[in-house]
Amino acid sequence: MSDQRATLADWAKPNPVTDNRSGLIGKAVDRYDGPAKVTGTAAYAFEVETPSPALYGILVTSRIAKGRITAVDTASAEAAPGVRLVWTHLNIPETFADPEGKVGFAKTHFPLFRDDRVRFFAEPVGLVVADTFENAVAAAQLVGFTYEVEGPATSMDTALDQGEIPTGDPDLEMGDFEAAFAASPVRVDGIWRTPVINHCQMEPHATVAWWEGDVCVTHTSTQVLKRSQVYVSSTLGIPQDKVRVFARYIGGGFGGKVMNHWDLILAPLAARALSQPVKITFTRHQMFHATVHRPGVTQEVRLGANPDGRLTAISMMTWSHCDSAGVFTEPASRFARNLYAAPVRRMGLRRVRLDLPPPGPLRSPGEAPGMMSLECAMDELAEQLGMDPVELRIRNEPESDPETGKPFSTRQLVRCMREGAQRFGWDRRAPVPGQVRDGRWLVGMGMAAAVRGSAILPAKAGMGVDADGVVTLSQAMTDIGTGSYTILQQIAAETMGVPLEQVSVNIGLSDLPPAPGSGGQFGAVTAGSAALAAGMSLRKALAQLAAEDPDSPLHGGPAEAATFQDGMIAIGNRSERLSALVSRAAPDGVYREAASGPAADQGAWDRRSYGAQFAEVGVDTVTGEVRVRRMLGVYAAGRILNAKTARSQLTGGMIWGVGAALTEGNYPDPRYGSFVSQDLASYLAPTHADIGELEAIMLDEEDPKANPLGAKGVGELGIAGSPAAIVNAVHNACGLRVRDYPVTPDKVLAHWKSNPLPLAARGRGVR
Amino acid sequence: MKPFTYERAVDAAQAVRAVASTPGARFIAGGTNLLDLMKLYIEQPTHLVDVSRLPLAGIAATSEGGLRIGAMATNSQVAAHPQVRAHYPVLTGAIVAGGSGQLRNKATTGGNLLQRTRCAYFYDTTKPCNKRIPGSGCSALEGLNRNSAILGASPACIATHPSDMAVALVALDATVEVLLASGAQRSLPVADLHRLPGDTPHVETDIAPGELITAVVLPPPPKGAQAYRKARDRASFAGGLASVAVAGGQVALGAVAHKPWRASAAEAALRAGASPREAMDAELAAAEGHERNAFKIDLVGRMGVAILSQNAEDRA
Amino acid sequence: MSTTIEVNGQARTLDLDPRTTLLDALREHLGLKGSKKGCDHGQCGACTVLLNGVRVNACLSLAVACDGDKVTTIEGIGQPGNLHPLQKAFVTEDALQCGYCTPGQICSALGMLEEVRAGWPSQVTDDLGAPIPLSAAEIRERMSGNICRCSAYPQILAAIEDYAGDAA
Repeated sequence: MSDQRATLADWAKPNPVTDNRSGLIGKAVDRYDGPAKVTGTAAYAFEVETPSPALYGILVTSRIAKGRITAVDTASAEAAPGVRLVWTHLNIPETFADPEGKVGFAKTHFPLFRDDRVRFFAEPVGLVVADTFENAVAAAQLVGFTYEVEGPATSMDTALDQGEIPTGDPDLEMGDFEAAFAASPVRVDGIWRTPVINHCQMEPHATVAWWEGDVCVTHTSTQVLKRSQVYVSSTLGIPQDKVRVFARYIGGGFGGKVMNHWDLILAPLAARALSQPVKITFTRHQMFHATVHRPGVTQEVRLGANPDGRLTAISMMTWSHCDSAGVFTEPASRFARNLYAAPVRRMGLRRVRLDLPPPGPLRSPGEAPGMMSLECAMDELAEQLGMDPVELRIRNEPESDPETGKPFSTRQLVRCMREGAQRFGWDRRAPVPGQVRDGRWLVGMGMAAAVRGSAILPAKAGMGVDADGVVTLSQAMTDIGTGSYTILQQIAAETMGVPLEQVSVNIGLSDLPPAPGSGGQFGAVTAGSAALAAGMSLRKALAQLAAEDPDSPLHGGPAEAATFQDGMIAIGNRSERLSALVSRAAPDGVYREAASGPAADQGAWDRRSYGAQFAEVGVDTVTGEVRVRRMLGVYAAGRILNAKTARSQLTGGMIWGVGAALTEGNYPDPRYGSFVSQDLASYLAPTHADIGELEAIMLDEEDPKANPLGAKGVGELGIAGSPAAIVNAVHNACGLRVRDYPVTPDKVLAHWKSNPLPLAARGRGVR
Repeated sequence: MKPFTYERAVDAAQAVRAVASTPGARFIAGGTNLLDLMKLYIEQPTHLVDVSRLPLAGIAATSEGGLRIGAMATNSQVAAHPQVRAHYPVLTGAIVAGGSGQLRNKATTGGNLLQRTRCAYFYDTTKPCNKRIPGSGCSALEGLNRNSAILGASPACIATHPSDMAVALVALDATVEVLLASGAQRSLPVADLHRLPGDTPHVETDIAPGELITAVVLPPPPKGAQAYRKARDRASFAGGLASVAVAGGQVALGAVAHKPWRASAAEAALRAGASPREAMDAELAAAEGHERNAFKIDLVGRMGVAILSQNAEDRA
Repeated sequence: MSTTIEVNGQARTLDLDPRTTLLDALREHLGLKGSKKGCDHGQCGACTVLLNGVRVNACLSLAVACDGDKVTTIEGIGQPGNLHPLQKAFVTEDALQCGYCTPGQICSALGMLEEVRAGWPSQVTDDLGAPIPLSAAEIRERMSGNICRCSAYPQILAAIEDYAGDAA
């Protein structure tokens, strides 16, 4: 392994992935983990078989948002049937702060139950472990806490002027914004608000833990194995190599499982104390407070433009809430630094301290909420200008990064918009709102741009081939539903020239070569680049092995000329089966590890994935209900590694956009500091019936400046801009501009009170 | 859940005796609401009498030309029953607007009527709620009350009744048959089954502990069109913001009050020749909104006008 | 309490705490972990099983109340290497991502198709007197008791349509 970083010139050279001789890269290959998942045999954390019967742990959470625990009564819980242990801050074994501060954005939790303070509603303050789930739940009800209550601060609106500038994220000021804005002939100036969004992963956070001697074994629901390993080792105060973290299957992450929670520490702690495996799951209700959420975001967007549509000044300031000791800030203004050309620019982030649970990243942090304001502001600007929204965006397309002047590695935003407009029938959109009627529905179309960064991070991978010719890819990578298993299988097969069925993918274990896991839509390209590197290293080793093996038909050949295809290794016209070579020359198999990461000269380019979102909605003229009739996203995201799983990622993101636009949001009760929705009946993630016709198109693209695969992330691109497209469609349907998400019937009806429907509001009676 | 004992009832008479004679006992049928609440410790029965297998699931025509629906008939069975679809489409429409397919397959007719409010503060056991803890106060009154009642509420409680089915039953003038612990039977209109909150919102129905609903009886269908319309924040599997059931000249409103709300004032106005708008205005004259739910007055009014106008048009 | 349930064709007798839900009996007592616990309150559908052939939320059923019943879980529908055609369609159409809701989606879809065949109406059924068309709108509405947070809904629809089309 070389410490020398690759350069863009290295990445520009052909490699097995870009050559794609077997055509496996990009192919719509079925999910590697599909059969296990559709049969229910894929074991998620809580379901893993334990070496001996496990005990059940249940968290006890605070009944207040802020204050002090003045008394604890555990006697009746301890006396309850089956109870093995009751812990509170008074008796929990010592845990330690994470010295590197890397375990999460929310540092308030650590060490666990550290004192008598309560910092947010439903903060875990106790643990009960019992022999059965039923006994644990019942005993948890018996733990009594007495509190001294303090009033929580919960309103961002009244605390905007106390917003902090996050460390390392200074404001951008290019030119004199106020002067340029004042001088602009056309202006949009508004405040947009997006509510708290809960991840609602279908699998609640859960951990099963046991000890094998001094080795702590955990199976947990995490997106990032190495961070989980560091968290356990630092918090328990044991060496990192004594911690094994497994996460073979993860029931959804969406950013919320980038950090870990109480279950991951309490399960091993209790397992150690009781010398028995312990499993702890969050209840669905606990998920709403005791994990993380996307914070509420307030955004001030101000656009100045000339009558020809060219932006003269753009300002986007955002405020998001954070708990008292946390460090997370929703970077909602950041993408706007790059998206549109304008000579005068101002962008900034503010963090407002509130006594709410800790926020964290949620699918496309920054872009997801940020584009919900800017892309609606652009629609308002287009309306003022009497210009088509697509044309307005094309007029403001920058030639290079408008802030840094860096060239774009690839940027096909305009093509995405044009192709999307054509496919969607955008020319049928009535430019004036309220013109299109279908029965009881008013119908409208809207669009928005989409952008999301595409990073590659340092990672390692191992690739091996055994005597049967089976290629195994090993990496401490996770698959949270993104398709990691499958694209790693494809990359390994293509690199080693073997069929897909001959590849085994071994991920989901911290023992394996480290990868940064799933998040920030860097997962596939980061893990995949390392897999390619490992494959190249393995190819080299096998070529040498053959060239030096007198019994190989390749003996004496130039190893650097070896090729790999159809399960064969060849030099020139001499070849043999991989399995023959390995079983003869290295019967224990050949295994190599390699690293990959950003190129040394990559920073000279701006690298992102782009897209255009189109939506058609119906607004019920009686009730004000909004339903999405159809959506189209057209995306340019580099080389697509798997057409099937990539499309699923994109359409999934678009549907998150439906939720953000129309149904989702959580709201703190200012008296109690608790969110009002605490279950999946009242927190409204979209159902199947909320989704109409929906398609995602991926344009041909390769981006060799992004990574050696030429691919870019797709996991978060689909949610970027899609809510704005829907809200712009609502305006086109009925004339309503909503700046307070989501668009619910009460807001539509309020609009109609002051703007009566142009046509007789008469609906069909039945259903 | 709090520990409880369980028995499966062998017949209805034994079931009511068992519940009446055992403190803390409750009936369980489909369990879709009771178990939900037991897991949250909102309900804490110490003994469950399972009545789900009692032979009370039949649906049969009555000699009066109506339909008798056994209390253990599942919501799905009722909605799909040919007689219900043909003659009481408002009931089918209401049932299939509620819950999910899975819930409707388990939930029973009797249980649906007795389900409890979905008010967020009733569900959050860390908050005052006069339903859970009489005298503790109503958190919704000054809280996030977007889903709260606009009709018939009291300072003690502004929760709504969540059933869709019950709204249709009220519009259809249905009655419930009840078996008493004594073995006697009584019947009462569904419209009188649920109470307004007053200052005892924890007393939700006129069914006494130990009394078992055995059937719902529908009178012959009223003349005229039937329809059920529900507005909500997501397209399916969500509680209503408001709903309207119409059966001929009979109108009931849902998700607006502590009980399915028979719109008697609107009906009277319609009989007197008022327009749908005038009729709904008459019904909603006494409606009272709170900080976040006032829109429901407008919403249910618009829905009522639309559905009544449509029916008038269909008649014309 | 001693409880006997026929699970995937096999009678299983358990001694259960009455508080045990059918879901926990399957997962924690019988080792059948394919039925998932997503919410434990009937609000997500991940626990959907077929109880006497009808789809229900296993989390809102007491196991002791299922004494004498027949339960089919995902494990009884098809196994790796022996996939049920609907399971195959889910893989082919990529009707899953994280996979946690998937067993419930599949059990629900099988129950749902029987309900359509039996002529049970839904809230999008226009004509309560006519046979139910297996339209996209009907499938979407009827599958709305199964939340998929990864939002594989378009692919789930396609898988069900593939299977129903082939089975027809």
